Amino acid sequence: MSVNDRSLTTSASMNMQGFGNSSAGSNQSDEQVEPASTLSIFSLDMKKHEDIKQMLDSNKENLKLDAMRRVIGMIAKGKDAGDLFPAVVKNIVSKNMEIKKLVYVYLMRYAEEQQDLALLSIATFQRGLKDPNQLIRASALRVLSSIRVPTIVSIMMLAIRESANDMSPYVRKTAANAIAKLYALDPELKDELIVIITKLLADKTILVNGSAVQAFEHVCPDRIDLIHKNYRRLCNLLVDIDEWGQLTVLHMLTRYARTQFVDPNKTYEDDKKSFYDDNETEKNANDDEESLDKKTYIMDSDHRLLLRCTKPLLQSRNSAVVMTVAQLYYYVAPRSEIHIVAKSLIRLLRSHREIQTIVLKSITSMADKHKEIFGPFLKSFYVHSNDSSHVKYYKLEILTILANASNISTILREFHTYVLSPDKEFGAQAIHAIGRCASTIPEVTEACLNGLVGLMSKKDETIVAESVVVIKKLLQINPSQYGDIIKHIVRKVDKVTVPTARASILWLIGEYSDRISKFAPDVLRKMAKIFPDEETIVKNQILNLAAKLYVMNSKQTNLLVQYVFNLAKYDTNYDIRDKTRLLRALLFQADKCPALSKNAKKILLAPKPAPLLESIIRHHDQYTLGTLSYVIGQAATGYKDLPDFPPEPSDSSVRNVEIIPVSTSQHDSSRNPKKGTTPGGKKNTGIDENFFSDEEEDAEDASTEGPDDEEEENEEDEEEEEEEESDEDDEEQSIENKNKTNEYEQLDARSPTIVENQPQNSESSEEEEESEEDESESEESTDEDEQV
Amino acid sequence: MIHSLFIINGASDVFMEKHWKTVIGKSICDYFFEAQSKCANPEDVPPVIATPHHYLINIYRNSLYFVAVLTHELPPLFVLEFLHRIMDVFEDYFSECTETSLKDNYVIVYELLDEMLDSGLPLATETNILKELIKPPNIFRKMANIVTGDNTNISNTLPTSQLSNIPWRRMGVRYTNNEAYFDLIEEIDAIIDRNGVTVMNEIQGYIDCCIKLSGMPDLTLSFVNPRLLDDVSFHPCVRLKKWEGERVLSFIPPDGNFRLISYHIGSQNAISIPLYVKHNIQFREGSSGRFELTVGPKQTMGKTLEAVVIECSMPKSVLNCTLTPTQGKCTFDPVKKHLVWDIGKIESNTQAAARLPSLRGNIVLTTGQPLPESNPVLNVRFTLNQIAISGIRVQRVDMHGEKYKPFKGVKYITTVKNGRFQIRT
Repeated sequence: MSVNDRSLTTSASMNMQGFGNSSAGSNQSDEQVEPASTLSIFSLDMKKHEDIKQMLDSNKENLKLDAMRRVIGMIAKGKDAGDLFPAVVKNIVSKNMEIKKLVYVYLMRYAEEQQDLALLSIATFQRGLKDPNQLIRASALRVLSSIRVPTIVSIMMLAIRESANDMSPYVRKTAANAIAKLYALDPELKDELIVIITKLLADKTILVNGSAVQAFEHVCPDRIDLIHKNYRRLCNLLVDIDEWGQLTVLHMLTRYARTQFVDPNKTYEDDKKSFYDDNETEKNANDDEESLDKKTYIMDSDHRLLLRCTKPLLQSRNSAVVMTVAQLYYYVAPRSEIHIVAKSLIRLLRSHREIQTIVLKSITSMADKHKEIFGPFLKSFYVHSNDSSHVKYYKLEILTILANASNISTILREFHTYVLSPDKEFGAQAIHAIGRCASTIPEVTEACLNGLVGLMSKKDETIVAESVVVIKKLLQINPSQYGDIIKHIVRKVDKVTVPTARASILWLIGEYSDRISKFAPDVLRKMAKIFPDEETIVKNQILNLAAKLYVMNSKQTNLLVQYVFNLAKYDTNYDIRDKTRLLRALLFQADKCPALSKNAKKILLAPKPAPLLESIIRHHDQYTLGTLSYVIGQAATGYKDLPDFPPEPSDSSVRNVEIIPVSTSQHDSSRNPKKGTTPGGKKNTGIDENFFSDEEEDAEDASTEGPDDEEEENEEDEEEEEEEESDEDDEEQSIENKNKTNEYEQLDARSPTIVENQPQNSESSEEEEESEEDESESEESTDEDEQV
Repeated sequence: MIHSLFIINGASDVFMEKHWKTVIGKSICDYFFEAQSKCANPEDVPPVIATPHHYLINIYRNSLYFVAVLTHELPPLFVLEFLHRIMDVFEDYFSECTETSLKDNYVIVYELLDEMLDSGLPLATETNILKELIKPPNIFRKMANIVTGDNTNISNTLPTSQLSNIPWRRMGVRYTNNEAYFDLIEEIDAIIDRNGVTVMNEIQGYIDCCIKLSGMPDLTLSFVNPRLLDDVSFHPCVRLKKWEGERVLSFIPPDGNFRLISYHIGSQNAISIPLYVKHNIQFREGSSGRFELTVGPKQTMGKTLEAVVIECSMPKSVLNCTLTPTQGKCTFDPVKKHLVWDIGKIESNTQAAARLPSLRGNIVLTTGQPLPESNPVLNVRFTLNQIAISGIRVQRVDMHGEKYKPFKGVKYITTVKNGRFQIRT
């Protein structure tokens, strides 16, 4: 490779990596390292690549394939195989499909680093685009659009435009996928691409729609007007789009609904404060007959359609789809309907650990806003001891949110077991959760406090420390009633060793010294003795305690305070020294700043606002539920907020289509799938409608033919019985992964005697008998099972 | 759009990487390793990690980490679900997904990854389609390749199902023995408190199918008591409208193994717990701690409890246990403080208390350490064959669309997923 080439490569890769400093940096360092390594290992490396090169140049397919596999192995391991570029690219003309495919993989990896050489391969792709085989056409387009060489933008544009008109829906789908890639390469082509997107959005094949919406989301998410005409069709076909397509379409539809329909929950608020939009009501009265009477809000029929069509997707096996539907309901549905998503979200809690974490986090926000919908599922959030730490944390959070006066006793009992769990960190979180319950539900504040005080007698230090910290916060909220508890805590000061807990106790003593005026000076005496050995946080509180006691009771404590201040004056920590200086000036040098000293008591013992016991998750609510930004709690690149509902709905007639397409769900129409695809796979989309309705008729035919089938089955039955016995050996072999064949109850199996007894008379009566027998049989079998 | 994927083994070694767009250096994984090093347990690694310019989303399964790199906003569940799907496909192709199996088949792995994502957008994720595009490795094919010298594993025609309404089924499937097996598996989730009261119980059920039927069979599966199924998720092949209307599962099945439905029966419905554990665990200073367990069947509906295992993580201060079981085998790992009692079968008719399996012995504590605050949690596992604990039964399975008469079998299993059945002591 010449020097020129290398510099070109570097600059190209730098351009490409404009957004990732760290990655660009790492690339750079790779490049820098290379020359050094070339000196020492170059010969060896060269040799190794030389034999691959020879294999690639040979005319035996086998050798070539082996060589390509080795090259792919190098790429997979992250080793550089860039110097083989010319040798590899030659093989793009190979007839062997696998070699071709592997060359494609290689090209996608290295083309942007060796743009000039990559251009050599373009002709092959252009030929491939005209191949009669749709798979080859599609993969040619895929690679062409994936090699990221800016010079071929115009060729790509041409290829996409042609492929968008291709006969094969698969190629059209590939074209739709390519649009986003081209747009990333050259954003200037936006307008031309929008024309193609518009066309693909209206495509009649489900296969294409998902990708078309994907392209729309990438290129022109703001051109919501392109969706109008396709809105109803997309809603109706949603169930049939593939899972990943569903996700994109759901996101798009959520945004669409937020821009086109009015807020279904707004009417409630409007009842209360109608001053809010006087002129708007007038406008609406003229424009929109649907919201004539604001008090009785009627949902736009298209809005309703969206909710109706997305509901079945809650039963998807794909957790992301379920979550996205939940999100759609959360943001678009009326408050009274949100509850239907709860059950499905709970189901996801049995999924993989990572999925659980994300779902739980989202539930936390949903539960915070709509407590009632998760109320019935309280027990699903009980913590198993082997849940991962994130899962435990979110479950605890949700339980805390869901706690109310009626269920608090069970929740507290549950929390109590968590506190004692061997996972200390979780135990500490549980104590905090108890504190939050106590502060939000006044009925149980006392019980919680007593429980926490009980915990203080445990031997475990972390438990005691956490309890003290939480009790301190609770007492601060309502100090007047709990003098006894304060006394109880003060007695603990010698036993507690965890700094935060000690600090909390000392603060409590200082703050409420009027209630324990007998103890307080004695505590200070003890603290003065061990002052130098304490942690900074504790020293700080000792100083506070000293100052507050001096203000309250200067006669008794004067000397002690002086002593503590002297110790603190020579402390290693400058914060402590500063604080001492401040306090000394405030308390003992009244002459220097009399204004302050006069108010020393007010300053030190000012009523302090009670702390809020809140969860940290709340702050993430500013981002749309379920998004990456929501999960990481910061705006990710490319994040956009959901728009707010417009004050008035858009004109619903924009969504009218002249000819409403027959929207048959594949779930109904796929009864005769053989007819669904012509062997070549090239489906004339023009006759889609006819062909769907054909199928429906077929389906009906099939059902009317039912009895005949039954008859045939019966006739076969007798032969079958004999066969089945002989088959058993084969079956055992054929299902190796099952334990034993005899574990399976055979369904619909009839014992030979029954078949013999069966008279061969009229069809209808026979059918009835049969079904009866089936039932009795199944009952028998259950009976047998239970007897065994 | 998923930018790159790194596959990392337990020893923090990035042994495979795939980039769908511009290459991102391996060094990005350092952020992941940093987060990993903060967690004692591999399961505690946060699934989403934000770095200055990229976002890392990882899953941990089969002691491998799959780390996906993103640069833009994308729902994390989308990525997590997709990574798990990749893992599923690998498991399906190589029968297990381990470092060795991936390394042995790196070419197929690469081809699969290439086919599943097109520039970071999901393309084909149905194993049936993938298997037509890229043939899975097997011994016969390897042999044939050696003999004929034609060793490609790529098909050159587009799988017809890719275009059809039913992308999950291959065309032209042929079997000599037509069989359809349905495994109805139910997993019990339960927490039982120290007094034997059930705190919570839930059932998670699945129907896993192994369908080997020729042609385009159209199956209908009906239940004896479908109203028990309240919350169900379906394989895309199930016709939702039929379920909504008639409560029957009507579907054209994919070929081979797949999960037809999974359902969840919540804690509102009380279920009968099929076994009970009597326990008496006392920690005392020195070596006089007591440990006693007795397990007995309860409402097993005549079935035998099989593969009963009780596991227990002892507190750190436990030095050793000397325990003798009346049945099965009991081991204690003094390093991990992990006690396993493998009981095996418990016959349901051994009502005589004397014959119930029990475990007795002493616990030795490290001297000088405080006594544990609480007793350990017992994790119980067991299997009940031939019964679904919720009472769900398949009534019948009918087939339309094909002329032959298949063998149809259904199996019921009630089991416990590891760690989901806990007894607090």
